[in-house]
Amino acid sequence: MRSLRSPLSRARGLGSAKAGTEHWWGLKLTSLALVPLTLWFVASVIAHAGASHAEVVAWLSRPVNAVLMILTLGVTFHHMAQGTRSIIEDYVHHEMAKTGTIVSVNGLCWIMAVATIFSVLRIAFGG
Amino acid sequence: MANGSRPLSPHLSIYRPQLTSALSIMHRITGVALNIGTLLLAWWLIAAATGPESFAVVQGFLGSWFGMLILFGWTWALMYHLCNGIRHLVWDAGYWLELPQVYLTGWIVVGASFGLTLLVWIAGLIAL
Repeated sequence: MRSLRSPLSRARGLGSAKAGTEHWWGLKLTSLALVPLTLWFVASVIAHAGASHAEVVAWLSRPVNAVLMILTLGVTFHHMAQGTRSIIEDYVHHEMAKTGTIVSVNGLCWIMAVATIFSVLRIAFGG
Repeated sequence: MANGSRPLSPHLSIYRPQLTSALSIMHRITGVALNIGTLLLAWWLIAAATGPESFAVVQGFLGSWFGMLILFGWTWALMYHLCNGIRHLVWDAGYWLELPQVYLTGWIVVGASFGLTLLVWIAGLIAL
């Protein structure tokens, strides 16, 4: 079937939103990944309700749990950044304020992601 | 685009809330609530990595009635956002976009969010 896109659109590549569908697709992928990861996380929290510090450390030190926890954290913070960006784009219309807020949220999510993943690694390797 | 105070059609003031619009905004609200809750999770993890004393502070807060209230609300927000998120993914695949199906899945999401929250908390209390 012949594409309905104009030659200029195909040349520019990204459509009138200027970023194509990357943001939307990324949000869908992180959402999909978060379904099993969140279920694993919730089940783990239930299993460790009231656990002592030593038990938590022992649990996170196991490679499978550390890897799953890191994946959950990374995907969650990415999803959080994308979702919050959608909200900001809907309500902030001043270009500089919008850009500044989105950049700040992305930065905050990056910091939190690195801090939490570092914590998991520290527990897993340090004990 | 000029940002002056041009006349706008009324929307929130005249439109009756429906399941569709209510669940939609609730998805966004739970998303923001989960943002805050995830910061709490981050605090918990960082405290766990720092040592038993910091961990005890977080556990103490989470064990208080205020902390438990926050955790319960966060669980519900998570279950709602998860179920409605799956509903969104089903829509993205092109399925169940007819109005009766939208309403049916909508009520299922509402029921499931409360049911799953209770399930998680009962399971957690049993595990204690």
